[in-house]
Amino acid sequence: MKRLLAAALSSCALALAAAPALAQDVTITNARLVIGDGSEPIANGTVVVRGGSVVYAGPAGGAPAAGETVDAAGAWVTPGLFATVTTLGLADVSAVGESNDITARSAPFSAALDAAAIINPASQHILVHRAAGITRAATTTLPSGSIFAGQGALIDLDGDGQAVMQPRAFQMVALGEGGAELAGGSRVAAHVLLRAALREAEALVGRTGTPQTTEIARGDDLFLGRFDAEALVPVVTGRQKLYVAAERAADIRAVLAIKRDFPRLDLVLVGASEGWLVADAIAAAGVPVIANGLTDLPESFEQLGATQSNAGRLARAGVKVAINAGSLQDPRRLQQVAGNLVALTRVPGASGMSWGAAFAAISSVPAEISGLGGKAGVLKPGALGDVVIWDGDPLEVGSVPTRVYIGGVKQDLTNHQTRLRDRYLDLDESDRPKAFDW
Amino acid sequence: MTPHTPRRARWGALVMLAGALALSLGAGALEAREKDKKKGKDAADTPTLVAKKEAEGVFPSTYRPYPGIATAIRGATIFDGRGGQIDNGVVFMSGGKIVAVGGPDTPIPADIAVLDGTGKFVTPGIIDIHSHLGDYPTPAVQAHSDGNEATSPTTPEVWAEHSVWPQDPGFTRALANGGVTSLQILPGSANLMGGRSVTLKNVPARTVQGMKFPGAPYGFKMACGENPKRVYGGKGRMPSTRMGNFAVNRATWLAAIDYANNKEAKRDLAKETLVGVLKGEILVHNHCYRADEMALVLDMAKEMGYKVSTFHHAVEAYKIGDLLRENDVCSAIWADWYGFKMESYDGILENAAFLQREGACVVIHSDDANDIQRLNQEARKAQKAGQRLGIDIPDGVAIQWITYNPAKAMGIAEMTGSLEPGKMADVVLWNGHPLSVYSRPEKVWIDGALMFDATNPKLRPVSDFELGQPGEGDVK
Repeated sequence: MKRLLAAALSSCALALAAAPALAQDVTITNARLVIGDGSEPIANGTVVVRGGSVVYAGPAGGAPAAGETVDAAGAWVTPGLFATVTTLGLADVSAVGESNDITARSAPFSAALDAAAIINPASQHILVHRAAGITRAATTTLPSGSIFAGQGALIDLDGDGQAVMQPRAFQMVALGEGGAELAGGSRVAAHVLLRAALREAEALVGRTGTPQTTEIARGDDLFLGRFDAEALVPVVTGRQKLYVAAERAADIRAVLAIKRDFPRLDLVLVGASEGWLVADAIAAAGVPVIANGLTDLPESFEQLGATQSNAGRLARAGVKVAINAGSLQDPRRLQQVAGNLVALTRVPGASGMSWGAAFAAISSVPAEISGLGGKAGVLKPGALGDVVIWDGDPLEVGSVPTRVYIGGVKQDLTNHQTRLRDRYLDLDESDRPKAFDW
Repeated sequence: MTPHTPRRARWGALVMLAGALALSLGAGALEAREKDKKKGKDAADTPTLVAKKEAEGVFPSTYRPYPGIATAIRGATIFDGRGGQIDNGVVFMSGGKIVAVGGPDTPIPADIAVLDGTGKFVTPGIIDIHSHLGDYPTPAVQAHSDGNEATSPTTPEVWAEHSVWPQDPGFTRALANGGVTSLQILPGSANLMGGRSVTLKNVPARTVQGMKFPGAPYGFKMACGENPKRVYGGKGRMPSTRMGNFAVNRATWLAAIDYANNKEAKRDLAKETLVGVLKGEILVHNHCYRADEMALVLDMAKEMGYKVSTFHHAVEAYKIGDLLRENDVCSAIWADWYGFKMESYDGILENAAFLQREGACVVIHSDDANDIQRLNQEARKAQKAGQRLGIDIPDGVAIQWITYNPAKAMGIAEMTGSLEPGKMADVVLWNGHPLSVYSRPEKVWIDGALMFDATNPKLRPVSDFELGQPGEGDVK
């Protein structure tokens, strides 16, 4: 009976959650306005969102108002943050295996894994990160059974039941130490596996079915099956981005070299702790980097040269740099990382970023790398109506949004944490236990 | 070079290692035999063998403060570590000690170095009560994994200092980026009783003894909850449940009490540590997430006659701030970690603020080689979460969470943790407000010796491990 009731309740909740909220027109005035494209903030700015999209963002008086007018009273107003690479929506509690879909070590699939199918828009992590000003994210399973992570999706965090904006937006592959371990114990094996997999995919271009080699396996470990090879066809033809996790300078050079054999690959580097040592080569190859922001310890032998100045030095060399949310305790720390990059501009000998560039590294740049240039992480006409009003400088630790719009829809910012906060505003149980306080 | 060379080289190294091992065994056996011979000959006049007792000084600190010059900082905003703030203040240190702290009129001698602190800030050295630097150093390879003696659920006999690798580059990052001058290195949390901690001065040294904080009491690491029951339950042995955790703990305390009361007992390293706790000489640092479990631990401590200094991680401490205040227990917590394991599911940003509201002791800790570089920023997050709700947390109090409060919880507050005359001159000069993300340490003094200076690349420690490697001496 109890179980039935729970099932009924949850289907109710599902129905509610699935009902798409209507985008409302809104005009935000008196804003300390951040466009998100790397430019510095505009005093007394205005944002106009109509039909779910930005129609104007700039100095006051530049466009007619639409819909409800919200006076920001001088507060910071920015585009929503864009988090990449994340696992948002793929686990409730990472250490609770039953709730965790981030890895699939025992599955007979790797590249074919498709996160879009199972992302949970009601995940507390999505609710918590929405309340932290993140409105869009790239989310993916992680490499476990093979060097291939599977196909990541681009999601919104509006919790309307339709999180996926774009399924199968990118494939990720681990090289370096992580890939070596997964490929059988050596970087050499990881490189052979990647090239072999791409060759199989090439053989399948324009058709489906069985690749030349039906599978690459060792004992019970299936490194690449026919469905995985098929899933790599869009990668080898450049229709799907290939994110490559590599840290060491030599490994990064080796990644760039792969493109000589497979020229259509649309590469993105992830991690790249020693990227600064090969910054010119990365820039010349035109490969963007989703860089670990503050990693400065030799956590492994492939990160001996790690420094917080990595992102700044890469950017200075002309590389397009976003901050890797995957290297953080939680993606909501992106704002803190960006703030620290600004701090580095005041440290002798260090390389950091200007405020505007640092903000872009967690908004428009990761959106561009994800294929959403001009759509997300930026307040320009035609962009999605993702707007955040903050209670302070958005790159300063401790600042939080007071209002979040996603696609023009004002978001509910409550979640498990805010409910606990409200319950424990005091410890008074003189009348009733806390369980009745909700 | 043929493609096979690296592999051969690797085998070669292994072969050499095996050879060396055999050699050393051989030599050892030979030595032992020689000793046995001598023993036999001199048995009659061999005095009774006796090991040094702990009270006589074992593994003593060899740290001596490095030379410093008498220095005053003028015109800076000072957070004294006790909650106070002095604008346009003066800090004067000499002979390794704080001599004076006060307003602009504080007298200072004419012949000393004076730094202009205008626009800058001064705090006591930052203190991390929960670190695994040295016992889980970087590079984080298996050969360096020395933090959990996960072979028995109770290992009070192990001492964290015997695992600390002083060349861990993490110490240098904590100093340069975090302004950390003292830290407690704890064993991990696989075991109910993980062993003794050690408190270090964050000075580069060739040996761990060269870092040991002179006069600091030992700590004792305990752990509640998921970790011990998972590690040992997974091995098919007790404890596999939370009730098992308590049963093993209580039986271990009872055995220690028997040991303490037995004058004939043979020395036992594990029980010596436990008796040190029961006598109040060793401070308990108890990893514990859930509020209900902390309440049970407090009752166990009362039953057995010891005191808990600090609950570590304590993500649910906010639910029992009153109880923690009444029991005079500190909570050493993160600002924003949550949801990574079941017992962290109820983590909230307001944890510190709600404890502060109840008048309970708050410490912000790291448990992390990266976060230890930004304890100031973590304190800000926690402070702001409270201020949003109207809870009064002045900047000086947020600084106290990472200076005086950890010093108190570690038993070193008489010596460091605040800027007060006579205390160790552990001082950080920040290039901006220390609770801002945009600020970094400019200079760090430990016992009055300048150990880091952002404006002088040579005044930046570089561990042995990093010499001759990519990024040696880089700004990091």
